[in-house]
Amino acid sequence: MTSDIKYIIESLLFVSTDPLSIDRIKKVIPDADTKEIREALYSLSAEYEQRGGAFLLSEIAGGYQIRTRPLYSDWIKRLIQPGPARLSRAAMETLAIVAYKQPVIRNDIETIRGVDSGGVLRVLMERKLIRVLGRQKIPGRPLIYGTTRQFLEVFDLKDLTELPTPKEIEELGEAPAGKTPEAIPENDQDGNAEKGKNA
Amino acid sequence: MSEEIYRVKIGGVFEGPMDLLVYLIKKNEVNVYDIPIALITDQYLEYLEMLKIMNIDLAGEFIVMAATLIHIKSKLLLPVHKEVEGDDLDPRLEITRPLVEYLRIKSAAESLISRNILGEDTFIRSPQKVDGLIDAQDELIQIGLFELIDAFQKILKHIALEQRVDLTADRISVKDRISEIVDILEERGSVAFDELFEKTVEKSDIIVTFLAILEMVRLAIIRIFQHVESGIIRLFYQ
Repeated sequence: MTSDIKYIIESLLFVSTDPLSIDRIKKVIPDADTKEIREALYSLSAEYEQRGGAFLLSEIAGGYQIRTRPLYSDWIKRLIQPGPARLSRAAMETLAIVAYKQPVIRNDIETIRGVDSGGVLRVLMERKLIRVLGRQKIPGRPLIYGTTRQFLEVFDLKDLTELPTPKEIEELGEAPAGKTPEAIPENDQDGNAEKGKNA
Repeated sequence: MSEEIYRVKIGGVFEGPMDLLVYLIKKNEVNVYDIPIALITDQYLEYLEMLKIMNIDLAGEFIVMAATLIHIKSKLLLPVHKEVEGDDLDPRLEITRPLVEYLRIKSAAESLISRNILGEDTFIRSPQKVDGLIDAQDELIQIGLFELIDAFQKILKHIALEQRVDLTADRISVKDRISEIVDILEERGSVAFDELFEKTVEKSDIIVTFLAILEMVRLAIIRIFQHVESGIIRLFYQ
């Protein structure tokens, strides 16, 4: 029976266009409990790893998704029309600020980057990588930005806590004791990742 | 001084003053927590001078940063009265803090780029049946608003000039038209753009249909493609 569930899940993963959460799988297979589903997913993932074939099971945005191994990207790009152009460095920096500092307002982004970021924010909004979370209750009622579920999907992230920690900038010198600027605050915005879907 | 250093780095390379500062700090291999303000300020101003000579419009931010640097430099020149201030805050912190912050963000951006990016390094099974697959003969291109408006104008030309909008007539709303189109799409999966206008003679109906199509695109209910060879525009249900 266990192996049945495993391949039922595999079939679901195969046809689903979005990452499948355990809850979603559970709705399809009401008989299976969370533990069983999780074990089946691990087992599938291990199977794909052992096989070493074209695809693997990625944990994305709170769900699971079958994705191709990066090794084959060049071939796939010959088959599929290229997606939208790569993000510029400015866009990546702005996106990183939103990702690490969210919820964040434009003014804070521009303080860090030192340049106007309106255009870049618009591009990121169009790409659905960031979204407006609301307005801050300060004069001018500026928009508050956060990342979307799409962001997690594009950057292969399980959730926001999985964001890579910015590497320490050792090569630029040691911080004298007591003068270390505050670290980037830990992110506790997991909840937003789910809500991002409605953006 | 050192003119050759900047030659390759002119124009649009530095997005902002922070970028330029980072470059100068790296180039001089100095500790970001112990910036030789005099040296960096001089080089920074030199760079601004270069930009001026080349007639590149200087963004205001560059000037603000120059002022900040000079301000810090002047503060450092003043004798320190420890007793007055209580604590001896390094004036350079004004620039060190944001710099370190910026460097962290830069490195965060780098690590994001190095991930397996969807559509770049890793792929999922294509969610849209028509989207993407390259076939030289039957290539469909995703079209923009202008192609759509062109097609709309062609249809408008077909209706006779004497026809007027009859305000008393039962007119269909955009919402209703959307559900009609959805019905067609649910049955057939796709429909030609022109086909949706075949039965309509009233200009108002044509406009309603067009608005319905625009709204459906906005709501991501449909995707619109144009056949490369025939030029036929088709709406696909998604």
